[in-house]
Amino acid sequence: MTRASLLRGLGGALCAALSFSSLPALAETIAITGGTVAIGDGSQPIENGTVVIANGRIVAAGAGVAVPAGATVIDAQGKWVSPGIVAGVSTLGVMEGYGMSEVNDLSADKSPFSAALDISTAVNPNGQRIGTERSAGITRAFVIPSTGNTMFAGQGAVIDLGTDPDPVTRPRAFQYVEMGEDGMHAAGGSRPAAYALLKAALGAAANPSSADFASKDALITRQDAEALVPVLRGTQPLLVHVERASDIRSVLALKKQYPALRLVLVGATEGWMVASEIAAARVPVIAAALIDLPEKFESIASTQSNVGRLAKAGVTVAISNADISEGPYESFLPQYAGNLVALTRMPGAQGLDWGAALASITSKPAAAIGMDGEIGSLRAGRRADVVVWSGDPLELASHPTAIFIDGVAQPTVSRQTRLRDRYLDPVEKALPKAYER
Amino acid sequence: MALVLTACSGGAAPKSASSDAPPPGKGKAFDHDPFPSTYKPYPGVPTAIVHATVYDGEGGRIENGTVLLADGKVVGVGGADLAIPAGAKLIEGKGKWVTPGIIDVHSHLGDYPSPGVEAHSDGNEATAPVTAQVWAEHSVWPQDPGFSRALANGGVTTLQILPGSANLFGGRSVTLKNVYARTVQGMKFPGAPYGLKMACGENPKRVYGGKGREPSTRMGNVAVDRQTWIKATEYKRKWDKYEEKGGEPPSRDVAMDTLRGVLDGEILVHNHCYRADEMGIVLDMAKEFGYKVTAFHHAVEAYKIADLLKANGTCAAVWANWYGFKMESYDGIPENLSILHNAGACVMIHSDDQNGIQRLNQEVAKALASGRRAGFQISDEQAWTWLAIAPAKALGIADKTGSLKPGKMGDVVLWNGNPLSVYTRPEKVWVDGAMLYDAYDPKLRPVSDFELGQPGEGDVK
Repeated sequence: MTRASLLRGLGGALCAALSFSSLPALAETIAITGGTVAIGDGSQPIENGTVVIANGRIVAAGAGVAVPAGATVIDAQGKWVSPGIVAGVSTLGVMEGYGMSEVNDLSADKSPFSAALDISTAVNPNGQRIGTERSAGITRAFVIPSTGNTMFAGQGAVIDLGTDPDPVTRPRAFQYVEMGEDGMHAAGGSRPAAYALLKAALGAAANPSSADFASKDALITRQDAEALVPVLRGTQPLLVHVERASDIRSVLALKKQYPALRLVLVGATEGWMVASEIAAARVPVIAAALIDLPEKFESIASTQSNVGRLAKAGVTVAISNADISEGPYESFLPQYAGNLVALTRMPGAQGLDWGAALASITSKPAAAIGMDGEIGSLRAGRRADVVVWSGDPLELASHPTAIFIDGVAQPTVSRQTRLRDRYLDPVEKALPKAYER
Repeated sequence: MALVLTACSGGAAPKSASSDAPPPGKGKAFDHDPFPSTYKPYPGVPTAIVHATVYDGEGGRIENGTVLLADGKVVGVGGADLAIPAGAKLIEGKGKWVTPGIIDVHSHLGDYPSPGVEAHSDGNEATAPVTAQVWAEHSVWPQDPGFSRALANGGVTTLQILPGSANLFGGRSVTLKNVYARTVQGMKFPGAPYGLKMACGENPKRVYGGKGREPSTRMGNVAVDRQTWIKATEYKRKWDKYEEKGGEPPSRDVAMDTLRGVLDGEILVHNHCYRADEMGIVLDMAKEFGYKVTAFHHAVEAYKIADLLKANGTCAAVWANWYGFKMESYDGIPENLSILHNAGACVMIHSDDQNGIQRLNQEVAKALASGRRAGFQISDEQAWTWLAIAPAKALGIADKTGSLKPGKMGDVVLWNGNPLSVYTRPEKVWVDGAMLYDAYDPKLRPVSDFELGQPGEGDVK
């Protein structure tokens, strides 16, 4: 039990391990001791807690947890330990940037297919954004396609951000559809057009034998209709991007005709206006985090108190980068969650307490798509996505000092840190910068 | 009455001017300020903020400090021993922080307002690669709800509104006080110089290349820039000669007026540019034509050429850590600010975003933390210069605002905790000594005309 020496050695040991390509084996038992442990399930952080990992899963986390014999001990005194951050709306692995169409698999305007599209087939774990966001403590992401030729964007995937070559945790984890202003444009120009298409598509999925897929007037391909069968049966969640209070009501009403639908609202900046109805329908929300401007007419009543008010009404609510324009980095999520805590100090505002705020970027997004038994918290049995932070993970000055995905240690460096190191002193030396490595 | 006279005298050069007329003198041939500021400070009361931690915006810090406001100005900044004038309104600042109002050197509030409908898309005159004739202030909608969010959530008291980056010469910027008014003139920062928005890199070549016309490449960008500067140099020569010697006045050209203003040092160049190599080219182009680049905006790769920027006296206005959203931002790193700061270059934060402008203090906190992790020793109060005196200098208004110094405008934020913490928000904001936001007073929360009578009106937001 030489805690101090282990603490000193942690950073260096990880770097050395990586450079020698000898990452800890999946089966390794690890005990992270002495840190402030935040479970991620909404509970408050626990001082001097222990997290035990074995076989890629969480064994136990909390106060008074015994360190198993033979475990590799990581001393986290003075640090915080939390589940890895789960990004609820992401383009990681399928888009590197604008003006780079060669590495943009988000949407397919010219494809005949829509709901059938499966984004998991495109995920590239070697993109620079995955490495950079991972080093900020993001361990899982919901990769969401964008709409192309209809308001159905296709099937999204849950991915991990690990260095392993297989990034897909769950392919076809959900279907994604646009039903507000974006949906009306994609469906031909109006909300009624979007609803007509949605109902036609679900109708075709419900009764494929009566659908005429061969006609040149067919609204949907057989493949798209087949892709909607699990949506109709409720085995695949349907994420619906919608903002306006009246649009939210319309979406909730779909359950009258299709009671098996597992709806999840995405965005929902006016959700607070219909919070009790969302709660009554038991529909979870992956909300825009802090949007407070009427950037669209459909979000005219937006407020940063939206998430707090939804949670207070009993809605399962996560936050995401939905509706944030440029720079929608997954690494901003802890900052956004921290801002929700800040709102609790503002007269008239509704925020989240610290535990609920962390849950909004860990277990709550997982719960929204029915995966909180698998990811998003340090509760026993979950995948061991664990981050050791230099301090309070929601605070701006904190950074990960160790990251585990499925129990496997990950680098805390990235391409960005390589660039940083090259240019710490921007002056060229005896050789050009291209020789500095 | 003064206004009317200014407007009347502000037309084109007299049509009757002839070789007999006396020369008007340098810069006097026509009015350079035809849309003058009508901004008037709102009344405040003598105020003493006491017992707070003070960042003065120039790198200074006072514990248990006092800030005195009177007659719209900062009249005193000091420690607990600073005498408080009788009758001053006392604001208890124990456990809180006082800073100068935040300045955003790059905003599109008003010219890309909310709601962002097509009818409101007024930021890019994307019809020609050179539109130096347009002025952002003629697009600004003073009712943009974004102004209130920037004030109440961001503590932003001054902001520069720029045209967008579709064009090589995007047009003139305007600097505003963040105070709602019925007209844009009522928001204009008195005495602030104009800026010229320029853009290099991907945006202009994409917009015009997409239309099948020049520029479609980076070399096309620079070619059109240089042709335009040649034209501007000739325009300036003609007008300088006329103003000095008289004779027939040359024809007015609104675009060339602006470029002549740049060549005369009267208008400051704010150049959208990401890559280090492109900034190097622009700096040489500026030397070729005898103008100065006041600041590169976005400047994602500025850290690679910190020495070059310092040597040229050119500032970098950057995000904390935006990266990778397009090819020219691929090499963005969160240490950009601190590397530049450490090298002694002029550097500041900016938003270019209606959401980011509400949290520039947090962006600075992130950049600072990254810098410290990389080994740079930068204090909190030094980092605060990145959103106070540095942008004030880049806007040419550092003699008026940007720090808490006696005689400057009373642009002040009281934060309810450490403003580099995520858990902190502005509690009160003063502009020219008038309290224009108070978290504890719903009446001191602006509601723009657009929001009045709409769902969510007057909400905390």
